[in-house]
Amino acid sequence: MSSDPIWFQPAPRPSRVPEAPALPERERVALTVDGREVEVARGDTLLEACRKLGIDVPTLCWLETLTPVNACRVCVVELEGARTLVPACSRKAEPGMKVLSDSTRVRRARKVVYELLASSVDLSTAPGLDRRMAAYGARPDRFGAGATVARPVKIDNDLYVRDYGKCVLCYKCVEACGTDAQNTFAIAVAGRGFGAGISTEHDVPLPDSACVYCGNCIAVCPTGALMAKPEHELRAAGRWNEAAQTVTDTICGYCGVGCTLTVHVQDERIVKVTSPLDNQVTHGNLCVKGRFGFEFVHLGRPR
Amino acid sequence: MDLRFSGEEPSAAERAAVDAVLGPAGSGWDGGEREIARDGRTALAGVAASGRRDLLLPALHALQDRAGWVSPGGLQYVCRRLSVPPAEAWGVVTFYDLLATEPRPPIVAHVCDDLACRLAGAERICARLAETIGPAGSPAAGGRATWLRSPCLGQCEKAPAALVIAAGERPAAGILAPVGDATDIAAALAAATDAAAREETRDTSVSKTKTETDTKTKTKDVPLKGVAGGAPVAGAGAAADSPTAPQPPHPSTAGLSSLLPSLPLPTPLPLPFPLSLTEGFAPLAAVEDASSPVARSVPQAGDPDLRLLRRVGVADPTSLADYRAAGGYRALARAIEQGPARVIEEVVASKLVGRGGAAFPTGRKWEAVARAASPKFLIANADESEPGTFKDRVLLEQDPFAIVEAMTIAAFATGCERGFVYLRGEYPLAWRRLAGALAQARAAGLLGADVAGAGFRFDVELRRGAGAYICGEETALFNSIEGRRGEPRSKPPFPTESGLFGRPTVVNNVETLANVPWIVLDGGAGYAGIGTDGSSGTKLFCVSGHVARPGLYETRFEATLGELLEMAGGVAGGRGFRAVLLGGAAGAFVGPESIGLPLTFEATRAAGVTLGSGVVMVFDEDADLGDALLRIAGFFRHESCGQCVPCRVGTVRQEELLRRLRDGRTLDGHEEEIALLAELGAAMRDASICGLGQTASAAIESAFERFDPFPRPAPR
Repeated sequence: MSSDPIWFQPAPRPSRVPEAPALPERERVALTVDGREVEVARGDTLLEACRKLGIDVPTLCWLETLTPVNACRVCVVELEGARTLVPACSRKAEPGMKVLSDSTRVRRARKVVYELLASSVDLSTAPGLDRRMAAYGARPDRFGAGATVARPVKIDNDLYVRDYGKCVLCYKCVEACGTDAQNTFAIAVAGRGFGAGISTEHDVPLPDSACVYCGNCIAVCPTGALMAKPEHELRAAGRWNEAAQTVTDTICGYCGVGCTLTVHVQDERIVKVTSPLDNQVTHGNLCVKGRFGFEFVHLGRPR
Repeated sequence: MDLRFSGEEPSAAERAAVDAVLGPAGSGWDGGEREIARDGRTALAGVAASGRRDLLLPALHALQDRAGWVSPGGLQYVCRRLSVPPAEAWGVVTFYDLLATEPRPPIVAHVCDDLACRLAGAERICARLAETIGPAGSPAAGGRATWLRSPCLGQCEKAPAALVIAAGERPAAGILAPVGDATDIAAALAAATDAAAREETRDTSVSKTKTETDTKTKTKDVPLKGVAGGAPVAGAGAAADSPTAPQPPHPSTAGLSSLLPSLPLPTPLPLPFPLSLTEGFAPLAAVEDASSPVARSVPQAGDPDLRLLRRVGVADPTSLADYRAAGGYRALARAIEQGPARVIEEVVASKLVGRGGAAFPTGRKWEAVARAASPKFLIANADESEPGTFKDRVLLEQDPFAIVEAMTIAAFATGCERGFVYLRGEYPLAWRRLAGALAQARAAGLLGADVAGAGFRFDVELRRGAGAYICGEETALFNSIEGRRGEPRSKPPFPTESGLFGRPTVVNNVETLANVPWIVLDGGAGYAGIGTDGSSGTKLFCVSGHVARPGLYETRFEATLGELLEMAGGVAGGRGFRAVLLGGAAGAFVGPESIGLPLTFEATRAAGVTLGSGVVMVFDEDADLGDALLRIAGFFRHESCGQCVPCRVGTVRQEELLRRLRDGRTLDGHEEEIALLAELGAAMRDASICGLGQTASAAIESAFERFDPFPRPAPR
């Protein structure tokens, strides 16, 4: 990509990375997962213990940058002595715990949860879920053609699209809009039970809500229910092609904060902007300018 | 917080209703009059306001009670006053059944169509209402009234039942039970509409602090055909003792906040509390709920052998003097004499376990919270909503001082300075009686800064639920009090460690608390001597359905199911019974073979069933169990909070599956569907966050084990 304009080139490494202050040493906690011993720090979760052993535990509503809500229940594991299964994503490790990550009960619960999701929600744009469902032998059609959350797509602004027929109610967007990142509080869970959904107050259109279009909700959505408009339009036209996209890190030029932008380019056009979750500055979050303010690029090189 | 509000304004009436709860607005920043000389220099809303988020639900109630719905302008005003994001407040409003988000007639009859009421003909009544008035939600009485279906109203001994709520300047509510037929409801709606119309033409200078006596004199001229009962109980609703003027803004919590910088602890309400938090609904003239004779609810009333129910029908529940004359507050005096540690020892020795359904040892909860650092909280869980359960309602209606005394003892023992009663919103009489008891106890110095002169501080705030079964789950209850959606939290941490406002919290069921004065007076060992090894004391059973004398019964734990049914006069009409639902919708069905089952915690556990909340609902030989199962499935589908997938979707699939079985439209085959139901039930039990999802399939699965609720259609 040597012909790329300057702003598409990787960010130069800073000359000196300031060192983070040392954290107090945390007590170690020893437990077993599937009969294998593992040690984690006090405060770590069973998910971290499993991952340390290389055990693959599925997650859906969990994200490393957000507070666990343990709502989806695909990460449940069996804990000796507990009456029910426990969510690995939020249950803290305790000394002597005996955990089973792939028992019959665990597999049955995950399978049924996937079936319940897939039978009620459009998961067609949820990355990786097909593979997971196959692994657990999930057959959503066992439950017949029952109630679904299908509803019209909401297109009420120029920047992003909300298709709540694809929403699994993972709470991630609410957390990102609220105290976990943006502190804007434009959306919350409304309604109850199967009728619960993500909503603004009185379901007003986004332009009438507190939304500031940072798009941090899109960044954390695991199913594509929230999607930036270019991606939504390309998908609708059948032209979205991730395999043909290049992905380039750069630094946002709008202000002095220096957020890392990951620019997704297809057919010589920017189709999406994200930021790495593990970036020290952004933790995956951006503002409206960084995430959506790229159209000028397509106007051609400034003269 | 930098919040965005729409420009919608509340009506003057809505503003006044909210201000009656929150006090007047301090400045233009929190929704009051803008005064540029003052507001132009400083913004004082924010931290102080958001520290009062626990007043969100009371403020929303105030809007609902005033206007009959929560209007956009009203919601915006509450949000400004409390510094709550409108989207979050909307999430709270839409969570509760009793809060309407669309305009609707101010007078609403909530007609119970749940298990016990179905056995008493609720569907026939609803069908008739649909014919005469129109489908649920249709306007009646000139657009001023309507009717809606409701889950269990907790009036099962008087089934079928309806709750009529009349919003307005002086909100009123009452229970109509038993409902003879649909015309009773129509008549009640018409009469309530007339009363409201008269109310509007009354001199508006009448103070809002009107007493029940006023209401009585006013309402005597509203005779109503077909409505049970006559004159209200004298003095009911002593809430009239409570103070009148709206309170000034609350004092700062600097003391608490400095201890816990990160915790938004609520500002303690100044005493006495704002009127609207204690007053609740006025009695609804057209539907007087104090009218039903006590013996109708408690057939044993007056029996000297009773322990928990011994004052029912004997002492006036509205009189502190009567309560004291009947032995009340002796236990508190004894507890103060003994000291907190000894009280806890006695409760531990009594082996008392929780009566809300989970049967956790009460003494262990108290020990844990007594050890924890202050501030800590005590909650009486009075959100009983389990279909078929009405014991806590009867206790609060007929012996409210006992619960206040028990809470005071519990607070003394555990070191809690603030208590809450979370009462379900469908119990207007219990609310009035309890509010009256609290006001009298406070006036007598039995609550407050120096309880009974013994040098400890304790007071109780009443909080009203708004129609959500899940809020009886203790962690959902915390969220509800805190002004959030009533979604359960993950456990651990347990409430004794991190409960209300993130602080150590004791949550006890009302019936559990009712045992406490007895334990203190007789000693833990004396109490433990009654009943069996695993089940000490006595137990209240809510007997309903096809029995001759439904009602609340107190038994020693030696009684068997058959003996209890005998006490209730046996199956109505001298017939046999097909099934008994034990423990409520989250319990289990048993058949006639269980007639000898001792109703103890250990015997029911061994039999794979549960005492749950003490529900004993009888279905006679001809009862349609399939219909009951569908109602149970519908109940859980409706009451699921929606947080976790197994419960949110699982309860929907469970109901769909039962419908397929009933209609003979199975997907793969009858047996395959039943196997799928079991697999779904197992996943819900294993993977749901809280007890609702974990037990949503329990009664249904038990019915399939013991009966054939949906017989396989005969091959053609």
